Amino acid sequence: MRRFVISVTLAVTALVLTTGPALAQDSVRLTGSGATFPFPLYSAWFKAFSQKQKTVSVDYQGKDSGAGIQDLTNRTVDFAASDAAMTDEQMAKVPGGVQLLPMTAGEIVISYNLPGSPKALKLPRDVYPAIFLGKITKWSDPKIKAANPGVSLPDLDITVVRRADASGTTFVFTTHLAAVSEEWAKGPGAGTTVNWPKSDKIVASPKNDGVTATIKQTPGAIGYVEFAFAKFAKLEMALIQNKAGQYVGPGGEGGPAALASFALPANLRAWVTDPEGAKAYPIATYTWMLFYKENKDPKKAAALRQMVEYCLTDGQKAAASLGYIPLPETVVAAVRKAASSIQ
Amino acid sequence: MSPAAVATHAERTATTSLERSPFEPRALKNLLLTAGVWLAALLAAVPLVSVLYMLVVRGGARLSTSLFVELPPAGFEMGGGFGNAIVGTLVMVGLGGLISIPVGVLAAVFLAELGPESRLSQVTRFATKTLTGMPSILTGVFAYAVVVLTTGTYSAPAGGVALAVLMLPTVVLTAESAIRVVPKITRDAAYGMGCTRSQVIWKVLLPTAMPGILTGVMLAVARAAGETAPLLFTALFSSFWLFDGGVPRLWQPTASLAVLIYNFAGMPFENQIELAWAASLVLVIMVLIINVLSRWIGQRRG
Amino acid sequence: MKTLELRSEVTAASVSAPPSSWDYLADRSFRAMAQAGVWIILLLLGFILWSIGGKAWIGMRDYGIGFLVSTTWDVGRQQFGILPHIWGTLYSSLLALAVGGFFGVAMAIFLTQDFLPPRLAQVFRTIVELLAAIPSVVYGLWGLFFVVPAMRPAAAWLFERFGFIPFFGTTLSGPGMAPASLVLAIMVLPTVAAVSQDALRLVPYKVKEAAYGMGTTRWEAILKVMLPAASTGIFGALVLGFGRALGETMALAMLIGNSNQISLSLFSPANTLAALLALNFPEAGPREVQVLMYAALVLLAITLVVNMIGEAIMTLSSRRRVK
Repeated sequence: MRRFVISVTLAVTALVLTTGPALAQDSVRLTGSGATFPFPLYSAWFKAFSQKQKTVSVDYQGKDSGAGIQDLTNRTVDFAASDAAMTDEQMAKVPGGVQLLPMTAGEIVISYNLPGSPKALKLPRDVYPAIFLGKITKWSDPKIKAANPGVSLPDLDITVVRRADASGTTFVFTTHLAAVSEEWAKGPGAGTTVNWPKSDKIVASPKNDGVTATIKQTPGAIGYVEFAFAKFAKLEMALIQNKAGQYVGPGGEGGPAALASFALPANLRAWVTDPEGAKAYPIATYTWMLFYKENKDPKKAAALRQMVEYCLTDGQKAAASLGYIPLPETVVAAVRKAASSIQ
Repeated sequence: MSPAAVATHAERTATTSLERSPFEPRALKNLLLTAGVWLAALLAAVPLVSVLYMLVVRGGARLSTSLFVELPPAGFEMGGGFGNAIVGTLVMVGLGGLISIPVGVLAAVFLAELGPESRLSQVTRFATKTLTGMPSILTGVFAYAVVVLTTGTYSAPAGGVALAVLMLPTVVLTAESAIRVVPKITRDAAYGMGCTRSQVIWKVLLPTAMPGILTGVMLAVARAAGETAPLLFTALFSSFWLFDGGVPRLWQPTASLAVLIYNFAGMPFENQIELAWAASLVLVIMVLIINVLSRWIGQRRG
Repeated sequence: MKTLELRSEVTAASVSAPPSSWDYLADRSFRAMAQAGVWIILLLLGFILWSIGGKAWIGMRDYGIGFLVSTTWDVGRQQFGILPHIWGTLYSSLLALAVGGFFGVAMAIFLTQDFLPPRLAQVFRTIVELLAAIPSVVYGLWGLFFVVPAMRPAAAWLFERFGFIPFFGTTLSGPGMAPASLVLAIMVLPTVAAVSQDALRLVPYKVKEAAYGMGTTRWEAILKVMLPAASTGIFGALVLGFGRALGETMALAMLIGNSNQISLSLFSPANTLAALLALNFPEAGPREVQVLMYAALVLLAITLVVNMIGEAIMTLSSRRRVK
């Protein structure tokens, strides 16, 4: 009996292992990895696209923007995605060149957890950097009270929740903070990981969902997450004071207004760190997909171009309902044109 | 003492010496320790039950056959399942076991039997103990460098290699322990019959040590099935079936339950979060089945 | 019973006669394979050390010993230090080992020394082993949703009453050392319990009978005879448990707060080497990779040192006993 089981297992295994890469594939299989920020949207896009185009199937795994760039450089994937695009240095390491294409955009929100769940707390420009620097430590601080008359703020310690892992979300958030606050720029600065101030009231959790869960579980917590996560976890989101002095919340016109406030350069790479415009939401960012300019397989290149086209047309319709900002028309046109360099 | 006194003394001590008064210090200690161990077991049981309870309640809510036959849903989709992830986990843990169990048991045989005090064994024991502390992410990084970079693609075998490295120390250490403890009489008897060393090992030691070896294997399999980090670097993930029209596509990114849970628990959508819990429950049940099956097979020998 | 079974196993024709030449061949090749197994392990470790060490070497050269004592981790300014991580790793793993090990061995004793009917004991044994299969992410979520809120009132009370004791010196804001170590202990427990059970079961029953024959109470037999007899096995269980504690990443990353603090307080957030590696490796540039590999070597070194200390303790205590 035992011998039988063992021999069957061995036979099956041998069969499974030998029928490997030698098989001809009539359908094209694309693999991508990178940012987790747009993962919910991309997974929806790719699934719909694969169903629509029977000959192409696309897989995407969210690991982190940097990991995606690594994979691209090592040629272990067909495309990658990054919230921090790519630096010239990184692009130079990929033989044949890289084409960066912004595919969608999102907002980063400041979420909080207070007893009584006061909605739409207003955070002035000098207040929220100070909170994240650990300078303002209690919710009953006069500066917060002054901006929110009529809201009863408890005398609770503020627990700041930040990202534990290196991430594009942190990159965008800290770049914004550095643009808004000199003290921040001189201190922790901007980056995918920064040196946060030392305090036992500043804790970190991995990934957007970790931060969301920690905020939800900790009374008096405040942190930064991607909009879709706050929206679907039903976290309270703060109204942030933008450059024009207006308090703007996420999810409405603020995002598109922020994107519209500046034009993308020819290489399609820019960050809006502190948008002008009365209606603009201060923390919004594009997120990019990264493609090889020279693909080894022309069938794959064609499939990639089809994929891009899908994302620019049908894909944009899904973006808003999932919590992302649809690309402005001008950007769509620019991306379409640039996509032809994927060969 | 007079003979009569001796007799009565003997009688008295004979009847009382086998009983203990519960208030005698030693018996009291005994009672307290028994109460203590019951308390410890119950205390330990509380969090264990709590985890299982959370798993069963949250995961069980979603259990249905569709989980086994459907593919993972995306974004806002409802329904869906993770059939491909189940297959992927089975294949990759199977590959990992196929590499680590033979190597591990053979090494354990050497360490316990063929050269227990030799320099080679001491160094290997040392090495294995060091490997137990290796964070799972490093096994993934290692397999990435060795398999993924050389083959140029994420694949199931790469995942299998990473898991094998993770499983190996546990298998070796427990198997060595198990073989060492086989009583000397048993070995001597076998030699006395004229067995060669290998026959002693193969026909006597290994079967006797089987329960202990199986414990190690089960622990290793359980751990490997639940680890995410090694697979992120080697097998990535896929929303498609491993067997495409009856033919397995091994040299492609492969889905697994651990990575599925990692992905879905991290999404803001209720549907995906529920599926993540259901997947965790399915994973634990799978390990339970493998556990029971292997004990059954192991016992039929002896 | 064992010898009778043995006889029925090996009275096949092949072994009641002197070994044939095929038997010799089989013997030799089997032994060669066993040796090969050992070499594979050594080569594996060597290869891993080489690939980690190769990158770590550059990190070591550039940052030297200062790396081990600095507390700054600033990627922007390229300043790295892992003292808080070393502290957090040691504190959390040792605490987890102490709690998980104690309860694991207690569980093992409970399940093997006839405190329960054997069938029931087997059922519980299987349940405990199953807990080793629960993915790390689930433990992390359980910790966050169950352990942290449950701990909070107790932590607040301890801080208020006993705040002067450094162990309770800060408030529990959420993730922290205590919830992380507790969940880690729960993760270590099944491993320790399962292997210790095997060790205890393998002590021949007559050893226990001999102890009873001399008039020991049940617990004297367990503590003075069974445990020492099973001590190598139990020690092995603790080694495996400690290894698991050191290498645990996901659950710990969610629960420990990842803050570069060095504090005795059980409620303060902290950081560990494994979490550092897991969280930063995916995004690391080539410079950071070298530094991370240096940290990985430190982690392996810690495993080594603690194992060596443990073995020294074992040898010393067994020597004492023999005397």
